[in-house]
This record gives sequence, C-alpha cells and structure tokens, in this order.
Amino acid sequence: MRLVCIVCPNGCVLEAEKTPEGIKVTGNKCKRGIAFATEELTAPKRSLTTTVATVYPDMPVVPVRTDGEIPKEKIFDLMAYLKKVKADKRYRAGEVICKDAMGLGADIIITIDMIE
Amino acid sequence: MSDYKAIVIGGGPAGLAAALAAANEGAKVLMIEREARLGGILKQCVHDGFGVIRFGEKLSGCEYAQRFINGVKQNANIEVRLQTFVIQIEKTEEFRITATSARGIEVFTAENLVLANGCRERTARQVNIHGTRPAGVMTAGVAQNYVNLQGALPTKRCVILGSGDIGLIMARRLTLEGAQVVGVYEAKSTPSGLTRNISQCLTDFNIPLHLSKTVKRVFGNNRVEAVEICDVNDKMEYIDGTEEIIACDALIISVGLIPENELAESLHIQIDPRTKGPLVDQNMMTSLDGVYSVGNALHVHDLVDYVSETAEIAGKALTQPKKQREWTDIQHNGFLYLVPQKLDLAALADKTVFYFRTAIPLASAILKASVDGEVVFTKKYAHLKPPEMEKVEVPLQLQQGQKVVFSLEDGEVR
Repeated sequence: MRLVCIVCPNGCVLEAEKTPEGIKVTGNKCKRGIAFATEELTAPKRSLTTTVATVYPDMPVVPVRTDGEIPKEKIFDLMAYLKKVKADKRYRAGEVICKDAMGLGADIIITIDMIE
Repeated sequence: MSDYKAIVIGGGPAGLAAALAAANEGAKVLMIEREARLGGILKQCVHDGFGVIRFGEKLSGCEYAQRFINGVKQNANIEVRLQTFVIQIEKTEEFRITATSARGIEVFTAENLVLANGCRERTARQVNIHGTRPAGVMTAGVAQNYVNLQGALPTKRCVILGSGDIGLIMARRLTLEGAQVVGVYEAKSTPSGLTRNISQCLTDFNIPLHLSKTVKRVFGNNRVEAVEICDVNDKMEYIDGTEEIIACDALIISVGLIPENELAESLHIQIDPRTKGPLVDQNMMTSLDGVYSVGNALHVHDLVDYVSETAEIAGKALTQPKKQREWTDIQHNGFLYLVPQKLDLAALADKTVFYFRTAIPLASAILKASVDGEVVFTKKYAHLKPPEMEKVEVPLQLQQGQKVVFSLEDGEVR
C-alpha cells in the first residue's frame, strides 16, 4: 500500500505491506515513517485543528487544536462536539479548554493568547 | 543620529524574527504593523505543521507566531506600532519613514530598513477566467480569514481552483466546517502544494484533485451559481469539447503568491524577475545599502521555519559594523530560482546558506557549485519538485573577479 507520510514537511512516499512478520515499510527517510505507516494500516490517527466560538465580539472565534492525536474516524464527531463549546474567558496559548474531549484521549488546547 | 538602528516594516513571522535577532544584538528597533495584532498571516493559520524544523514540534501557525510575539513583547529594545501604515520612505544619510495611524502622520528615522511586507495572493483577475464577477469569487486566504478569524462560513458548496497549499488547507477546513468541496482543479499536470497536504487535506476527506483542468467561466449575477470547468493542454490552452458545468456558490482561488514590493520599488531596489522579490546578497541586503528584504517579500517560502531563519540572518547582519560591499553575481542553471542571487565578498562567512527551487521535477539530481570552472561543492538529491523549496549550506571561498556557477543536473543522465 502506498502512503504519504504526513509527520514532517518531507512528505516521504512510503510503501507499506502487511507480512506474517509484521508491517514492512520502505521509502521512509526516518524511523517516524515506520511508526506512521504501522499506525496508518492498523488504527489511523490525526490531530484536529479548528476554531471554537467565544463570547468576545473582537474575537468571535479562537483557534484550538487537539493536544495529541485522535482516531481518524472520530474527526467529524469531535467537530460537532466543539461546535457547542464557547470560550467565555480570555485564555492564553496552551491552556486547556476541554479536558479529554469526548474521552478520545486528547485535550483541546487554545493556540493563541486571547489577551491583547 | 537616527531614532532607531532599524525599522522593520511588517509584524508577521519574518518581521518578528528579524526584529528579535537585531534586538538580541542590542539594536534599538521599531516594528511597524498595519493590523491590530502581530502575527501576520499566521493569525489565520489555525492548522498545524509549523515549526517541525525549528522547534521539533508540530505547532499551529498561531502558536508558532505566539512564540515570537512573546519574545518581541518581552524585549525592551523593540518598540511596536500597530495599526500604522507606511506611506513613504526617503533615503538621505539615513532612512526617513512617514507613517500614518490614529495618532496622525509621524516621521521616524533609522540607519537600516527591513522590508518584511510578505506577499499577496494572485487573484481571479490575474488568471484568465471568463464570465461574470458575482459575490463568491474569492482567494483561499480570504476564505481562510472568513472562517478562522470571523467565524463565518463563506460557502456551502464550492470549487477550488489551484492546488497551492492554502487551497488544500482550505479544502479540508471548509469540509470540516460542513461545506461541500466539489473538487480541487489544477491547470498544471502536477500539483503545486506539498505532497503531505494532498494526502492529509484531500485524500483523507475524499476530495478529488483534478489535474490539467481549469475554470473557464463563472456564472451568476449576484452570487456565483456555477462554474465551467475545461481541460487544458500543456500550453495551458483550453481543449474544446471538454467543458463541464458545475453548480456551486463559490469559486475559491489558490493560484500562487507574489512578493509584495511596492515599497522596495519606490526605492528603486533591483527586483529578480524569477522570485519577484529583491535581489539580495547572503545577508539579505538588497541593491540599496542598509535595506534588507526577508520572508515572503523576498521570495515565497513554503515553510515558515525558513522565513524565520532568513529574517534572523538579516536581523543579525544589520547590527554588524558596515563595510564597503563587494557584490559578485552568481550564475545558475537548472533552477527555478536561487537565493541569494549575489554574494558580498567583503562579508563572506565559511558557509553560505542558499535557498532554491528546481525548475523541473527531478527523480534524482546533483547540485554543483563551481568557482572559475572548478567544482567546489556537490550534493545529491532524490526527488526534487518545484513546489518544495530546498536549503543548502555551501562552503564558498572566493576572490573578486572569480566566476561562481551553480548548476542543478539530472542525476539519471550518465
């Protein structure tokens, strides 16, 4: 199976195949490619970056991301969940707004200082 | 005596890094930014993938900018003027900058000038699209501003023209927000964006990428109602009979970025027709002594990590004692472009950093640098593509009058 590694900007083109000895990966420039391909063939994960609404007219939305990765198939569920979240205080970059959102194993963190 | 050692125009990633590098060497710096917040375009880059090279972490654009903004705010040598716009630059023994803001018109003087104005998106007017111009035709950056800064969704069903990175990022972003992205259409036969963005933004969301196809016509009076898609050949000519009408309410354009150099041009600074930014030496100094060009105003980068890096080279260089420059040309072949285009022999370090793009995709390539016909440096590459900028450090030692040639050759040829 042909995959493009998304770990870094190199974008290595990987060939990954399931063999009796495990998953065999070629085309990777570093070992992170092996981990990526193995995960991609077993339980693909992604980080999610998006925005959540705020109560402040000067900043109607604020950027957030998952602090870590979540199962790829849960991306749209998490988007729907985050649509209901509203930032009602001036967070700083790195602060958690949702702890372990939906129990997916990743916190949602604010990615800018909302204080000017 | 001038008010400042340097005035940095632009508070995006390039300006922030240049100001910090200069201030850390003790220089008094004024940063002028026209918007209300620092960060430049990174303010609206909520997606991640920034900082892998610089910090070894996958940060969002906002987080990447925040690290530099924090540094600037904590640095007593840097003064920041927000919502301030430079309207004129005059060169006397120093630089006189006229700027306008809510405070009125002010004049600042500096020994050095750093142009960190960034770049502009090419618009629908710069690619030949027929038909009407209703609401709903916008660049990817404008769509990104709507979604990520204003919290508004500018389309329910759109077509994206151009496979540049911002277009790919917006294809995913709009899909996540509930819009339908019918497809990304690219007139060239190869995608413009980074391979990993094709994978994580399009493939992950089943958004089709159509190569050698373009938007020929826009339909709609008040709002976009449909676009006409057409195949193109390798000369970018329409192929008759391949037209197809697609209903949509927006056409989002991601067809390239152009360095913004109105201020540089007002100073009659020499521009490289390949990069569309100023010609610079290894310290990022332009043809006018004391004026530096950094970031996307110099040439369009695909990674912000390198934007910061080039800006730091300039920021540090401007604090060094001034010497008479000895500019030498660099000849090159096989490159889309090579930056720096000039060398200042009076300030040559042991190693010189170059940034380049290949003119054509190469499965294997050899970069050679030669001085007076003698090869002094070679480096092999696997997979070079025009959309992916490369950085190389070359040890160069030379004297005035020696000829420097860089070449990029196909490694498959024997």
